[in-house]
Amino acid sequence: MKVLAAMSGGVDSAVAAARAVEAGHEVVGVHLALSRMPGTLRTGSRGCCTIEDSMDAQRAANLIGIPYYVWDFSEKFKAEVVDDFISEYQSGRTPNPCMRCNERIKFAALLEKALALGFDAVCTGHYASIFSDDEGNLELHRSMALAKDQSYVLGVLTVDQLKHSMFPIGHTASKDEIRAEAAARGLSVAAKPDSYDICFIPEGDTQDWLAERLGSTAGEIVDMEGNVLGNHQGAHGFTVGQRKGLQLGKPAVDGKPRYVLAVDVISNKVVVGPQQALAVVELSGDRFTWCGKPKENPEIFFDAHVQVRAHGEQVPASVAVVDGALVMRLEEPILGVAPGQTAVVYLGTRVLAQTTIDRTVSAVDAFSTGSASAGA
Amino acid sequence: MSVYLDNAATTPVRPEVLVEYTKYLTLLGNPSSVHTSGQQVRQALEEARESLAKTIDCDRSEVLFTSGGTESDNLAIKGIYWQRNSDDAKRNVIITAGTEHHGVIDPIEWLEAQQNAEVVLVPVNFDGEIDLNWLAEYLKANHEKVALISLMWANNETGVVTDIVAVTSLAKTYSIPVHSDAVAAFGHIPTSFKNSGLQAMSISAHKIGGPVGVGALIVSRNTKLVSIIHGGGQERGMRSGTMNAPAAKAFALAAAICIQNLISEIERVQQLRNRLITEVLAITSTISLTGGQANRLANISHFTLAGASGESLLFLLDQKGIFVSTGSACQAGVNRPSHVLIAMGRTEDQAKGCLRITFGHESTESDVDAVIKELPAAIESALKAGLSSQ
Repeated sequence: MKVLAAMSGGVDSAVAAARAVEAGHEVVGVHLALSRMPGTLRTGSRGCCTIEDSMDAQRAANLIGIPYYVWDFSEKFKAEVVDDFISEYQSGRTPNPCMRCNERIKFAALLEKALALGFDAVCTGHYASIFSDDEGNLELHRSMALAKDQSYVLGVLTVDQLKHSMFPIGHTASKDEIRAEAAARGLSVAAKPDSYDICFIPEGDTQDWLAERLGSTAGEIVDMEGNVLGNHQGAHGFTVGQRKGLQLGKPAVDGKPRYVLAVDVISNKVVVGPQQALAVVELSGDRFTWCGKPKENPEIFFDAHVQVRAHGEQVPASVAVVDGALVMRLEEPILGVAPGQTAVVYLGTRVLAQTTIDRTVSAVDAFSTGSASAGA
Repeated sequence: MSVYLDNAATTPVRPEVLVEYTKYLTLLGNPSSVHTSGQQVRQALEEARESLAKTIDCDRSEVLFTSGGTESDNLAIKGIYWQRNSDDAKRNVIITAGTEHHGVIDPIEWLEAQQNAEVVLVPVNFDGEIDLNWLAEYLKANHEKVALISLMWANNETGVVTDIVAVTSLAKTYSIPVHSDAVAAFGHIPTSFKNSGLQAMSISAHKIGGPVGVGALIVSRNTKLVSIIHGGGQERGMRSGTMNAPAAKAFALAAAICIQNLISEIERVQQLRNRLITEVLAITSTISLTGGQANRLANISHFTLAGASGESLLFLLDQKGIFVSTGSACQAGVNRPSHVLIAMGRTEDQAKGCLRITFGHESTESDVDAVIKELPAAIESALKAGLSSQ
């Protein structure tokens, strides 16, 4: 196959490209330029928008012995990922930009361009595996390296995207193994630190970055009954589940810490309360997609697991499609889930579906989010 | 098999130049040393200076060797600006155009940001030609404020040639010094320094079959400029640092060969160019020649293709072993909308669908055959991929 290896300049995508070559594919390395002003974003080896990263990717491609190109996706990235990130926060939601990037850039714009230019597949350094079932249907599964598993951020892939995707390092026991392999291959990125932060936020300070773009309007911090406990300098600086940085002078009556329960951008109020009020027992989302073959009879509740964060634990749940929305009744409550986050549904290790969460049902009465309480 | 059609980026070193270069690399001595060994190298350097001066049609003492075009541009612009501004503080205007090379634009923008310079851009038309009438009017009203004019002899992306003599004639009335970046022009059209009326002119070796890392700034004898590199006072005190005699020798030989064959080479390349343009324009109606109505260098042909990105075209041709350019890329290798095309009134999208094909001394009809053979399929795929960054 003719394979486009997306190379970020990191160790995972470099080893993935090398493995694709060894598997006998005709491989071309491509680095995605995502910043509108290359070279002006963070330096150091932590983002994916720097000249240094581009040079690292090029050096890796040279060592692997494959052609290398830089393709500019900066406009699309700004429109689909950065602007989306800002507007989601503006609506009081908590988006996952990496997921959006996979959905709109890597496995959409890049894949489309690759197919148009004669490639058969896009290969990335994600930790996840694609298998086919007995009937040849493609399925996305968790990585063997559970600590690094990235199947969550790939949950947005549809069957057509899976057909043209390759994750050559998905079936690897650990990241250490990848680093050792990179070193053995003589790749200088072998010891390059992992990237954790959001690549387009140069200093890694999301709150400051958002404040610069959204401005900050001071407002009230209130408890569940609406009593004013303090003030804030901008509601978008808060995320549901946040405990630190509330700066409430007065301790709670029960002496226990308080958490952000909700961010109401319309009234510009941040609602805080006890940890148990963060517990959510049901999630639902209208915009959901199946990853691979859809579940048969999805309107009947079935047993599955749900994960709501990239590196979060999965919880057992009963799942069904109800009135066109994906509804997940959790057997164990999850703390601090916010609308805008993505819920991914797993059957065993298989990724079955994903949705952006629109509504949550709280374990504590009358503390659900979203326009209407769904399901229960 | 590969086909190299990116000679405006750099050219193959001529075999005889390589021999000259390596011969002088083995010659021991610092040209500033007083002993015989040093004097031998000094002699080589001065031979090179004299030979180069002949090809440029200037005095030997007007040749300052530098590390290349960018250094020459920086020295000319900053050096003349500082000199003129210190002579008369109200002279802080630098006149240039939006189509200039970054080697010119960036030092000027730096002077604007850091040194109180005021930048005035001469309007450029759709074909990339500067508006000389505008310049005449501007100078008439503002000449007392003008520190210098810097306008390129020929554009490196589009090949559009500036009427330098017309510019210097206007400036002469007010004794305003004119610098020209002639890196793209030198060796491709006649560029007599003496007849140009210029005070400074930048040239570079690797665009004409010489090695990378050597260039020159030609500075007329009556022009004063402040040095940007301070040290041992070499090159009339204007460019300190041990002189690179082997590179100067190589540069001089490359220039001599170029100028000796200039007229016949222009005719030869024009034939290649004419066939290329005719056949490329016949592929699809959405492709157009840039600067079609302007006087252009024979070796540079620049096209824009609506609805496709230059990035895709470049990739597809590269996969077939054909090396061309979009004309503009940043240091990270990203294909950016060309500032030259933007200055010529194109939109960002139009400025992204660029293809620059440039000939050199080794280019032949078979290179044209190769690009004509592969281009239709590449254009079809590139159009399918579209402007996918949007």
